[in-house]
Order: sequence, then structure tokens, then C-alpha cells
Amino acid sequence: MDYSQFLNMQAELSLLAVIVILFVADLFMCGDGKKGVYNTCLPVVLLTIHTVLNICPCCQGAGEAFGGMYVHTPMMSIVKSVLAVGTIVTFLMAHKWLSREENLIKQGEFYLITLFTLLGMYFMISSGHFLMFFIGLETASIPMAATVAFDKNRYESAEAGAKFILLALFSAGLLLYGISLIYGATGTLYFDEIGKTLTLSNPLALLGLVLFISGMGFKISLVPFHLWTADTYEGAPTVVTGFLSVISKGSAAFVLFTVLIKVFPELVGAWNQAFMWIIIFSITVANVFAVRQNNLKRFMAFSAISQAGYLVLGVMDGTAQGMTSLVFYLLVYMVANLGAFAVITTIEENSGKINISDYNGLYSTNPKLSFLMTLCLFSLAGIPPFAGFFSKFFIFMAAFKAGWHWLVLIALINTVISLYYYLLIVKAMYIKGPGFTEQKLVSISADNDRVMPEDGPIPTFRVDCYTRTALFICVAGVVLLGICGVAYNCIDSFSYGLDKVMEVCTGCCK
Amino acid sequence: MNFLSIFVLIPLLMLLGLWVARNLNQVRGVMVAGSTALLALAVYLVFAFLEAREADKVSEMLFTASFNWFPALNIKYSVGVDGISVAMLLLSAIIVFTGTFASWQLKPLTKEYFLWFTLLSMGVFGFFISVDLFAMFMFYEIALIPMYLLIGIWGSGKKEYSAMKLTLMLMGGSAFLMCGIFGIYYGTGAATMNIVDIANHANGAVPFSNHSLENLWFVFTFTGFGVLGAMFPFHTWSPDGHASAPTAVSMLHAGVLMKLGGYGCFRIAMYLMPEAANELGWIFLCLTGISVVYGAFSACVQTDLKYINAYSSVSHCGLVLFAILMMNQVAATGAILQMLSHGLMTALFFALIGMIYGRTHTRDVRELSGLMKIMPFLAVCYVIAGLANLGLPGLSGFVAEMTIFVGSFSNVGNFYTMWTIIACTSIVITAVYILRLVGKILYGVCENEHHKLLTDATWDERFSVVCLILCVAGLGLTPWWMSDLIGTGTQPIIDVINSAKEFLYVPF
Repeated sequence: MDYSQFLNMQAELSLLAVIVILFVADLFMCGDGKKGVYNTCLPVVLLTIHTVLNICPCCQGAGEAFGGMYVHTPMMSIVKSVLAVGTIVTFLMAHKWLSREENLIKQGEFYLITLFTLLGMYFMISSGHFLMFFIGLETASIPMAATVAFDKNRYESAEAGAKFILLALFSAGLLLYGISLIYGATGTLYFDEIGKTLTLSNPLALLGLVLFISGMGFKISLVPFHLWTADTYEGAPTVVTGFLSVISKGSAAFVLFTVLIKVFPELVGAWNQAFMWIIIFSITVANVFAVRQNNLKRFMAFSAISQAGYLVLGVMDGTAQGMTSLVFYLLVYMVANLGAFAVITTIEENSGKINISDYNGLYSTNPKLSFLMTLCLFSLAGIPPFAGFFSKFFIFMAAFKAGWHWLVLIALINTVISLYYYLLIVKAMYIKGPGFTEQKLVSISADNDRVMPEDGPIPTFRVDCYTRTALFICVAGVVLLGICGVAYNCIDSFSYGLDKVMEVCTGCCK
Repeated sequence: MNFLSIFVLIPLLMLLGLWVARNLNQVRGVMVAGSTALLALAVYLVFAFLEAREADKVSEMLFTASFNWFPALNIKYSVGVDGISVAMLLLSAIIVFTGTFASWQLKPLTKEYFLWFTLLSMGVFGFFISVDLFAMFMFYEIALIPMYLLIGIWGSGKKEYSAMKLTLMLMGGSAFLMCGIFGIYYGTGAATMNIVDIANHANGAVPFSNHSLENLWFVFTFTGFGVLGAMFPFHTWSPDGHASAPTAVSMLHAGVLMKLGGYGCFRIAMYLMPEAANELGWIFLCLTGISVVYGAFSACVQTDLKYINAYSSVSHCGLVLFAILMMNQVAATGAILQMLSHGLMTALFFALIGMIYGRTHTRDVRELSGLMKIMPFLAVCYVIAGLANLGLPGLSGFVAEMTIFVGSFSNVGNFYTMWTIIACTSIVITAVYILRLVGKILYGVCENEHHKLLTDATWDERFSVVCLILCVAGLGLTPWWMSDLIGTGTQPIIDVINSAKEFLYVPF
């Protein structure tokens, strides 16, 4: 056996090492120790080292292991690094929440479960075989249910966990059925081999494609497979909601793209048709629903559904430009959304408030937080000079180039609706509330959020340094990723060759 | 580094300066220093441009520079100016400079106010120096979004409604605009976002491979910019927005931001898609003709000072679009002159209204009278602004409107003649509402006891008003050097549009 193939799996192996170290450390940390270095610090440092190691050799060429079960390309390691950075930010955000009395003792579980989810996503991204793909997918989604139900004393959290696991299993069932049909049609589970033999004339191919799309649709929460999203997002702990809305969704979207172009290149017309309707419904339905929400987590759930619709625009026609824009969109969406979630989390942890109407007059008491939230929301809405504008522009451009003019126009009109509801939060923070003349700068003591007057703005509080770091990373990303063209150009340099794959395949088709 | 980029760099430095400013005086210091530097740079640019134009009469854009921003998509940050953009930059610098003084007393949250104000001006300057569609569109949107907060927080009246309406309508316009930009990028086959390259790459031949798609993108682009240019029936954001906005924001918005619309229609929609402009221009000509007359009539029946001026802006900005759609050299030069003239006098108007409102706390015409005795300085300035608005010779309004109508009449065809006559009636209607207004609020006897105790303008107010009046009078008395400057910019664009005359469609 050639052991050098393990070098290709460097990302997974180093993540596994991180998990093992954390696991061992967890054993030896007594109750007091868990307040110290183990709390946030150790996991973040380890994960940062892992990410840095992961990024550096991404200039190496592609490779594979286990006879093609596992494949590795530079693009994949970029996506993995993006996900890892997102996880670091999530851990930083989680500090205050994990420092709660009831969570201190089980914080180790949170780190391990989250990292296992990440590991599952890594395998899913790098899979070259449907079996590997499915194992990765399940490793990513089953532990997720545990984190969703992490606040086990809260009824909503448990309910959300149950909803999540049931629908995850249901979608996994659909996916498996689709895979088995494809296996029946082609007699192999290797992506490359299926891609060569699967044609539209095969009756099982189309059914397999449809089931595959619906299975992945659940993971990415696209309309009409989105029904679990709002309840799960609302019930889950806010930090987990952030993780769910970005990391888990993003990895699934990337995998969807790679599998579609590898396995179903001949069916490009069919999936274009399907995604056209899915995108139109996702963005429109989600936008219309988001307008009516008052709970911020439900609001972010619908916002995330519509963002997923934009993300999937990159899939249209499976072009290299689409791939680049999709990964770039993912990166930008991650920093903006996690930034917004960092603000939401810290406000929830400090004041217990989670409704949009609670944010009235936030600017008069917490100007910096409101300002950062505004930047993140503007980025989500696609307002320049923030990164969201660039990512939206490029992804629309890619879809337009593929010839989907009307689809792009509908998506563009939807950005106006989305701007409306993002501005509702900005309006609450800046314009509504008691006004700026009578500032009530009441500082909050440990546990008196019930003492505060019901209608006043959220009192001033100090943000802990971990959340500050998370916010700093996110806002730096929001401001710089677009303006500095480096990120896009770098991602683009790795998506070359994709067009050729599609040309060859569609050429065969004709 | 190219010195045009300093127009963006200065606001950027101002933002940083405001960020670190600790008290009100420092904030004011940063604003005054920055806006003075911008004004000085703009004046310098005018002379440098005239000199460079003497030396180089061939290339359309001068002082060009380019930075490869997104090589994969061939998107560049390219800058360059011609006569039109030089004039617009000068206008913007004047308005930003005077706007700073007009909001001298603004409270609360002065620092935040100036932060958004500076971001807005950065967008405006960036828009006028860019020659790349992407950079232009980016700056365009940068200029739009601060309006929401500026109106929403510091505005008056039904500010939340107006701010949201304005933002959503303008963003809706820019959604179509973005689609149009994609259409131009992929439709021409030039595979570049540089405006001059797109216009020249086919050497006068029809650049678009698909003519019906070109028409579609023309409609999208023109409408997108037309929303900002307050074209009927997309003008409805303008009266509400202007009425609710604080003084300096109204000035900047009516003075400069609405010009982005006219400039974009001319520079992007008509220049890059001349065939479609010839074929479909008549539809938009009808719409803008309606805005000219409709805006003027609406202004007659309003009772709020700001609404009157906002509808008057709809009428005058409609005239800008009307003139560029006439597609001849004289009218186009008149259009740019009208942008300058309207920018200056409407800023003057809004500044004065803001000052009157700050004292009387009402903008209702029915409650104001006899202000001439109480605040003579403001009242006299108000009369001057009114006279400029109705086109009195010697002030800027006359020069611009005269040029426009002379140009329009020289167009052959009953259709053009008819619309010119209709648009001309707006001059009379303008005179009606301006003179009635002046008579009502300035002359007569003051009936409100409270108003008799009011004082005249303070030094900062006087300063900004006098600056604007000098500019209005300067443009009115010595129009030739401005119109020569502008003429060098309009000529190549009009040539391109006229080269596609075989597509010209006139209804009758």
C-alpha cells in the first residue's frame, strides 16, 4: 500500500488530530480548568493552526486516495479553509454562551460535535464516490442534530433538534434512493465513471437526478424543501443557528455543484430547468416571508433561504465562472452572516432579547454594535462598498453569461425586497426608539434584565474579547474581501479547466 | 497615481478623520478642510483640463489611468474625464462645500451625520471620474444608500416612509440598471467594461449582435438612470424624499445626485447603445416631456415650500433628459448646462428653505408672510433664487433653458416641434408659481407674532448662500467658457449617436 496517498488527506488528518487533542484535554480538565484555557482558547488556537496548515499547500496539484474514493483539488482545500474559518468564528462567538453555568460542564461536547460535523463536511467535499459522499453527509448532519438540541432544558431547542433529525433522515432517505437508482442505471458509484455513462436516454437517470436534488435541497434549505428551516433556526441555540445557516449550507451548496458537474454533466438541461424554478421560488417565497418576521432568528432563517437561492445561481450551466462566484459568494456570505449572528448572540447573551422590536434605539446605547450590525446587513443586502455587492454582482454576472437573463432580473428585483427587510433592522436600531436626546446609559449588572423597563432600548454592555475578535474577523472580511480583488482572483485561478469538462461532456451529448 | 483618484481619496481620508474626531470642533475642522480641498482640486482640474484639451484634441477622455481590478472578468478601475465630467465634478465640489456650511448647526449625532454625508459625496465623485461600468455602478450605489440613514435619522415629517420609499425606488431602478450593464458587457462582445472601449471597439459598426436585445438593455438602462433623474412616472420618490430630508441632504440630493441620472442616461444608455437610442428615444421623449409640464403644474398647487421646490426639480430635471433625447449638439450642451444651473440654484433654494424652516418651524406657505421685513438677507436671496429658477437673463437658468430650447427647435419634424412647444410652456408655469410664492411669503404684513422676533442669517449661513449666488450669477453672466468646456465633451457622444441615424424612428 502506498502510504503517500495519505498526504492528500492532510486536511482531514490534521482536523482529526485537533479533535483527538481536544478530546484528551477534555478528559484531564477538571471543572475549574474548563473556565480557563480550555474554554474557547485551546480549540480556537488548534483550529487556527489547522487552517493555516491547510491553506499553505493548496498550491499543490490535485491528488486522490483510496483508489479514487477520495479526491483532492486546490479548490476543495479553499472551500475547506473557508469552512474552518467559519468554525473558528463560531467558537469565538460561542464563548459567552458556553460560559454559562449549565454549559460549562459540557462545552467539550460542543467542540467535539461541531468539529466532527466539520470533518464530515470535509469528507463530503472531497468525495469521489457516492459511498464516501453519503458517509460524509451523514457525519455532517447527525451530530448537527445534537448541537441543535444542545440547550436540552429549553423545550424549543429539543423540539428543533427532533425536527432537524427527522427531516435530515428523510432527506438522506431520498438521497439514498436516488443514488441507488443511479447505481442501477450505471453499475458504479464512482463519480467519474457515472459521468461517462449516464445519459438522458436512461430513464433512471432523470429520477435519480430529481431525488438527488431534493435530498440536497433539504440540506441547503431551498424552497420547497425549506419547511424545517424556520423552526429549527428559531429553536436552536443562536450560535448553532449561525453555524447551521452558513457552514452546513455552504458545504452542501459546493458539493451540489461538484456532484452535478461530475455526475450529471449530460443532464445539464434538466438541472438548469429544475434550478431555475427552485431559485425563483426560494428567493421570492423566503423574501416575502422574511418581511413579516419579528423574531430575529426566524428572520435570519428566511434571509438564509433567500441567500441560498442566490448562492445556487452559480450552479446554472455549471460554468467555471459560476464555480468561482459560488465559492466567493460563500466566503462573503459567511463573514457577513456570522458577523450578524455574532451581534445577535452577544445581545441575546447580555440582555436576553431576540426580537427585532427589542432593537429599537440600540444605536443610542450600543453604537458600535449597531454600526457593525449595519455593515453586515448592508453586505447581506448587497450594498457597496461592502463585499456582498461584489459577490452578488459576480454571481449574477455568471448566471447572465449562461444566458439566464430573466432569472437574473427576477433575482435582482428580489434584492430590492431583501433590502427592504434588512433596512427594517437598521431602522429599528437607528431611527425608532426613544430618540437620541434622552439617552439612557444604564449599565447592566449580572442578572437584572427583568428589572429594565420593557420599552426602553437594550442597555449598554461591554462585549467580551472573544466576540470582539469574531466581529473583527467578520467586519474585516466584509470591508476588504470585495474591495481587494485578491480573494476573487485567487479563487478564480483554481476553477480553471471546469469549462473544458463541461464542453467535452456536452460535446459527447451532441 | 493618477490625480483624479484624489477625488475619492480625500473623502476616504475625511471618513478616517471623522472616525477619530473627538468633539464637534474637530468634526467641523475635518469637514471644512476636506471640502475645501475638494473644491480647490475641482477648480484646478478645470484649468488643467482646458490646458490638456488644447494639447490633445483627439482622445475623448483625458487624465486616464487604469488598474486591473478583477482580471478574470476584465473589470478594471479606470478613471478619466471629459468636458462633461469636469463640469459635474466642479458642481459636486461646490455643493459639498456649501452643504457643509449649511449643516453647520446640525444636531444631534453630528459626527455620524457627516460620516454618511462624506460617504455620499465619495460615491458622487467616484461616479463622475469613472469610465468603467463596474466602478461607475459601484459608486452609484455607494451614493444611494447613505440617503436612507440621512433622511431617516435627521429628516423631518414622515421621514421613515420617505426614506424607505426613496431607497427602494432607487434601488429598484439600479436592479434594472445592473441587468442593463450585464447586457452591454455580454451583448457587445467587447468583453470589457470600459465605456470608451465599448463605444469604439466596432469602429462605428453596430456593436450589438442582437438588435432587439440591445433595445431591451437600452430600456433597462435608461429607466434605471431615469428613476434617479426623476423621469415620469418614476419621480414619486423625489417630492417625499426632498421634503423629509435635512437641508444639506436635500441640497446634495437635488443638486448632485439627481444629475447622476441624467449623466448616466447620456454617457451609458445613449452613448453605448446609439441604435436603440435612435429607435426608442421618442418614447422617453414623451415621458420626459410629461415630467417637465407635470412637475411644473404640480408645483403650482403645493403648499409646502419643499414640495414646491421638489416638483420644480422634477420639472427641471425632466428638461435635462428631454434635451439629451433631442440628440443634437446644442441641446445636449444645454442639458449639461441645465444640470449645472439646476444643481446650483436648487441647492440655493433648499438651503434657504432650510434656514427659513429652522427659524419659523413651518414650511407651510399659508402660515408664512411678510418675511422680507424680518429677515431681509434671506428674503432677498430667496428672490434671487426664484428669479434664477424662472429663467431671468443674467442668471444661470436663462442660459441653460435658452440653449435647450434653441437646440430642440432646430430638430426637424413635427413631433419634436410639438414637444418643444409643450416643454416651453413650463417656463410660464414656473413663473406663475415662483412669483406667487415670493409674493405670498416675503411681502405683505407678517401676521404671526412669533415670527416677528426671528433673526436674520448667521455667518455660516450667509457664507454658503453667497457662494451659491455668486456661482449662479457667474454661470449666467459668463456662460461661454462653461459651454465651451461642456461642448468638447458632448461632441463625440452626439457624433456616435448621429452615426446611427438610419435607425431613427419618429412617430409623425
